[in-house]
Amino acid sequence: MPQVTLTVNGKTSTVEVEGRTLLVELLREKLRLTGTHVGCDTSQCGACVVHVNGDSVKSCTMLALQAEGAEVTTIEGLAKPDGTLHPMQEAFREYHALQCGFCTPGMVMSAIDLVQKHPQGLSEKEIREGLEGNLCRCTGYHNIVKAIAAAQEVMHGRRSELASAAE
Amino acid sequence: MNAVTPFEGIGASVKRKEDLRFLSGRGQYTDDINRPGQAYAYILRSPHAHARIAGIDTATAAAMPGVLAIYTGADTAGLGSIPCGWQIHNKDGSPMAEPRHPMLAEGKVRHVGDQVAVVIAESRAQAKDAAEAIGVDYDVLPAAPTLDAAQVPGAPLVHDGVAGNICYDWHIGDKAVNDAAFAAAAKIVTFETTNNRLVPNAMEPRAAIGDYDTTTGEYTLFTTSQNPHVIRLLMGAFVLQIPEAKLRVVAPDVGGGFGSKIYHYAEEAIVTWAAGKLGRPVKWTCERTESFMSDAHGRDHITKCSLALDANGKFLGLRVHTQANMGAYLSTFAPCVPTYLYATLLAGVYTTPTIYCEVTAVFTNTVPVDAYRGAGRPEATYLLERLVDIAAAETGIDRVEIRRRNFIPNDAFPYQTPVALQYDSGNYTATLDAALQAADWAGFEARRAEAAKHGKLRGIGCSTYLEACGIAPSAVVGSLGARAGLYEVGTIRVHPTGSVTVLTGAHSHGQGHETTFAQLVADRLGVPVAQVDVVHGDTAKVPFGMGTYGSRSLAVGGSAMFKAMDKIIAKGRKIAAHLMEASVEDIEFDRGTFRVAGTDRTKALAEISLAAYVPHNYPIEELEPGLEETAFYDPKNFTYPGGCHIAEIEIDPETGKVSVVNFTAVDDVGRVINPMIVEGQVQGGVAQGIGQALLEHAVYDADGQLLSGSMMDYTMPRADDLPLVGVATHTTLCTHNPLGVKGCGEVGAIGSPPAVMNAVVDALKSYGVRHIEMPATPAKIWGILHAGRKLAAE
Repeated sequence: MPQVTLTVNGKTSTVEVEGRTLLVELLREKLRLTGTHVGCDTSQCGACVVHVNGDSVKSCTMLALQAEGAEVTTIEGLAKPDGTLHPMQEAFREYHALQCGFCTPGMVMSAIDLVQKHPQGLSEKEIREGLEGNLCRCTGYHNIVKAIAAAQEVMHGRRSELASAAE
Repeated sequence: MNAVTPFEGIGASVKRKEDLRFLSGRGQYTDDINRPGQAYAYILRSPHAHARIAGIDTATAAAMPGVLAIYTGADTAGLGSIPCGWQIHNKDGSPMAEPRHPMLAEGKVRHVGDQVAVVIAESRAQAKDAAEAIGVDYDVLPAAPTLDAAQVPGAPLVHDGVAGNICYDWHIGDKAVNDAAFAAAAKIVTFETTNNRLVPNAMEPRAAIGDYDTTTGEYTLFTTSQNPHVIRLLMGAFVLQIPEAKLRVVAPDVGGGFGSKIYHYAEEAIVTWAAGKLGRPVKWTCERTESFMSDAHGRDHITKCSLALDANGKFLGLRVHTQANMGAYLSTFAPCVPTYLYATLLAGVYTTPTIYCEVTAVFTNTVPVDAYRGAGRPEATYLLERLVDIAAAETGIDRVEIRRRNFIPNDAFPYQTPVALQYDSGNYTATLDAALQAADWAGFEARRAEAAKHGKLRGIGCSTYLEACGIAPSAVVGSLGARAGLYEVGTIRVHPTGSVTVLTGAHSHGQGHETTFAQLVADRLGVPVAQVDVVHGDTAKVPFGMGTYGSRSLAVGGSAMFKAMDKIIAKGRKIAAHLMEASVEDIEFDRGTFRVAGTDRTKALAEISLAAYVPHNYPIEELEPGLEETAFYDPKNFTYPGGCHIAEIEIDPETGKVSVVNFTAVDDVGRVINPMIVEGQVQGGVAQGIGQALLEHAVYDADGQLLSGSMMDYTMPRADDLPLVGVATHTTLCTHNPLGVKGCGEVGAIGSPPAVMNAVVDALKSYGVRHIEMPATPAKIWGILHAGRKLAAE
């Protein structure tokens, strides 16, 4: 069976996989990183989004072998070692941007990439368009949009800490 | 006296306790669980809507790598039928048709996706590979995939023994009184409509792991369920004949349900049974394409109705005939959805004195149809609120005014409707007025004119809805055909040092119970939210429970906790009286502190609990040690949330696309425990309602193939399909439960579809449009706008 060597959340692993094994299957079943979810089989829902070499990628749409040598970050790798949450994670909590939590890892990973690639800032409309690849069935996206709008202010250094949802 | 700082009790928007694990990837959903020695199941499903199985050849597949076993209906034919939890009776008093629902198809398949065989192998991929090598010899039969196709003379029979495919023919109301009202009417408005079939599509696909302990003979099922105790009862008692004591059902973190995870599904029984046969854990995880053809769908009604009015626009009577699609088999709640959760809601918020409703439930060659967010109540509300708007248009009475004229007045509660329900409280004028103001209804015509300048068609619409939830009084539902009680169970365990564990039979799959329920304890017992742990979803931990659906968790489950806290406080007062050498009658309790009335002598709850578990100085002759109480709460009535939803939409005539530009919800959900969570529930429900109105439709072709069978074909609402949703509440308290709560989980999906469709019709009124069926897709709207016109390109 072929092998793939990749670095996930800072830890390098060499794993045997079938040629058809998807990156998400490697993460969930070989590395037991079950925070990355599978919500569909047509690359529509975005529950499986991770970062590969700094870009958000639907890990159900990439073969594990394509990740040879890649740096992968999953939801488990976002918080600092001392447990401090990433501003996007913090914003999702503050703004009640999650209910069942199943779409949340992919939503957070997509949102971080979206904000990082738009340092000039995103309007509500742009945030909504930027979330085209992620489905949420619980929230109606209302609070997700608000959380991302708040998080981008911190991520781009325009605020030192997150605005309270009550503000 | 408030021991909790900052305030975390009833009315505080406490941030959710469950969020940290979900945000850091540490949630534990069923597919995240792996058992030692686990094998994998893959289910071979029927590609045909209707066929006889002439033979199944598993020899090649069985010899493939990693295959442990292949089972077909021949192996499971001796096991029980997947049971239905509700029996409806026909007009003549005879029971509904209730054909066998096998775990694996027995001689015939009845819908695309019906389970034909299960392959169990060392890996998921091996199981799937082997399933492809199974040869099934199908004799394909004509299919009856729609209500119309199933009821034409000579229609194919879904079940050989069910004549005409009729499951039941039911009615409610007094027909003679109703006929008399229509005979006396000044005006009769009629309306026919289809309530579009929907696929619930919780983001987590279903999954199940069966495990069998060969030493103890105990089975464990991990499953994506909204009600693990109900699954234990249905599967253990009716399908596999496993006594409760030998069957544990765990529903861990569950990624949304919306009704679709209430039901006992065949796959749960298959993996549990197979685990016993093989002596190994067996895991099955649904792929999304399988979800579309195996999760219970929602809605799918065709209805004709008439409203009788007097010369002043007062409603005199309502007459309804509904055909309801049951699908190929009866899912757990299916028969009650178009009857007791639908026809009983047809009074809505109006004083209509007589209502007569007939419902014909029909088997078809489709996936079973059952409760989906709102279940029956969205169908009733849509019918009624569209009908009222049509009546307004046809009588020339303003659509808000005609509603006001027919509202049940505030002094009429308790209000007995002509269709069985008795509403305890409400204020429909207040929610209407608040919504009209928040949505600036009065200023709409200016916005319509402004939009027209930009070539856009604007419309506004409202719905003044009511629903019945907090299900339900056991004796009442029992008399209506329910085969279970619908109480809830709560245990409050005060630990020796004063922290609290709550055990609840309700199940949280997004609702935030771990926070809301902790707030109930914080508010009453004065224990900080951080020191209250809420345990749910495990039959081995929680004494019993009926689960979460019908917006019942707080109204029924919360009330059970309230009763259990009553018992804790009563026992605590006795202990406090002993410790402070006072009489029990003199002990007051407020948020964690027991006090001798009129003195400064107090004992904190933690001191009482320590004494209860270390009973050195304790009234041991009268009281048992320990501080743990359980209560079963059976509701006295349904609860009746209501309110007003207003949608403002804009149509782009170039494309036919409808955009919701403003949405306002003012809901009366009773007392609000956590406003942040209530707003989130309403926003999510509204999103699903807008999805039904504008985007979503499960469509079968004439052969019974599901055309919208994936997320590439079935339009799920995305972030850029939806507006910000303004949510406000106006509270009247529920009068019959101790918390005064009504429920908020379904109101969004119930109130919103007619508000949106009333707005769409309003936008198109200059085109002479009377009604548009859901979903109002761009193609449909464009077709209306361009009907009769010759395209420039032609």
